[in-house]
Amino acid sequence: MTETLRETPLADLHRELGGRMVPFAGYAMPVQYPAGIMAEHLHCRARASLFDVSHMGQAELVGVDGAAALEKLTPADVLGLKPQRQRYALLTSDEGGILDDFMVANLPTPEGGERLFLVVNAGNKDADFDRIAAALPPGLRLLRREDRALLALQGPEAVAAIAEHAPGVAALGFMGIVETTLFGVHAIISRSGYTGEDGVEISLPGERAEEVARSLLKLDGVAPAGLGARDSLRLEAGLCLHGNDIDATTSATEAGLIWSIGKRRRMAWDFPGAERVRDEMASGPLRRRVGLRPEGRQPARAHSIIQTVDGTPVGEVTSGGFGPSANAPIAMGYVAPEYAADGTALEILVRGKALPCRVAAMPFIPHRYAR
Amino acid sequence: MAEMKFSKDHEWVRLEGDAATIGITDHAQQALGDVVFVDLPELGRVVTAGEACAVVESVKAASDVYAPISGRIVDVNSALAESPSLINSEPTSGGWFFRIEPSTPVEFDGLMDEAGYASFVESVA
Repeated sequence: MTETLRETPLADLHRELGGRMVPFAGYAMPVQYPAGIMAEHLHCRARASLFDVSHMGQAELVGVDGAAALEKLTPADVLGLKPQRQRYALLTSDEGGILDDFMVANLPTPEGGERLFLVVNAGNKDADFDRIAAALPPGLRLLRREDRALLALQGPEAVAAIAEHAPGVAALGFMGIVETTLFGVHAIISRSGYTGEDGVEISLPGERAEEVARSLLKLDGVAPAGLGARDSLRLEAGLCLHGNDIDATTSATEAGLIWSIGKRRRMAWDFPGAERVRDEMASGPLRRRVGLRPEGRQPARAHSIIQTVDGTPVGEVTSGGFGPSANAPIAMGYVAPEYAADGTALEILVRGKALPCRVAAMPFIPHRYAR
Repeated sequence: MAEMKFSKDHEWVRLEGDAATIGITDHAQQALGDVVFVDLPELGRVVTAGEACAVVESVKAASDVYAPISGRIVDVNSALAESPSLINSEPTSGGWFFRIEPSTPVEFDGLMDEAGYASFVESVA
């Protein structure tokens, strides 16, 4: 049986560029271009890479007191988010699990009306937006923006490359967001991303996305990169992939994402799953997300068992592979808290053989976000 | 140069003297992408045709490599430990995986020739 895959507005361009298209979250997406994952990854850390992330879910929450309404579903401090600022947030369940992670920006409309701009994961977008829409009081509307494409331009040269073509972008700090134009096309541009590098994410009308992408690819230093490089970049940056490293069973406490819970929210405990988070912060979670560095060159993949050097299972790898910039295998996973200290010697079972590894601080490659 | 035969699992086999040299095809290395690690079989291991006996790891994923013919592993390419990228750059020469001393040489005749493999790749594309 053949699943019908959706396409982004850049599908033709991906094929023209030689992208190898694979199914991802119901979309046909380029996992890599002819340069290959290794070269695309290293290019992003050295210069600037263009990623198509149009499969992700975009929406606007329009109306008065949207922040208060959203705080019923997330432990993030949305009320405290200043205009033109974006924040990483979690959607949590009543049991304290992580239903999704997402970006929320305070982006008043050009007329000065209240508006929050949301970007959620592709695989969860229907469930997320249904959940948000169902929680809204009268007067607030969630507008899904399936008509918009989303591009990420990431790397140390990304902002300089577009500065003269996108008014206001060079002045943005990390997690700043502005409604502007890029090559004359209306765009919402945030100084953010998921690679650990400086860069921007660009929301723009789908029907103009291809022409803008072509203009971006003509800029000095800009090359296309696929989902493969995006995954190895975010893993080196120690960032979670929902569905792998965080899901409805893991809590913010276990995942080390307490920083995404607003201080005010940790006093009021007024978010879904607050009870679990409060208990775990008081008495410690049953497991913790850690970075792992296997010895030698052999990668350890997701779902591999983590064990003590005596062979007692103590956890599981949730993401693992080879880090092109780390030039070594890297992984993240969950272990019992007594094994979570940096430097702890453990083993990962790979094809029945115990691969020695050590718990390691994340990120594996230092973040280089704009100040 | 000895004739090269091909398996449906995208291995190539070259019978040279008493042993067959085995690697993965150019098509296979392109599909895998950048190889970062190879797990090779132990010397002396006896394998049967179709048995998984090596693993090749790219940045993205791990893939099994199968013995295209039955026999005993008599040599492995130790250069791959230091330079796994040989599999990408020289898939049918410096990027060879292992050598098998065949126990059932007739199996060699059941493999595809170059033209047969080319049309097989076409058919599964």
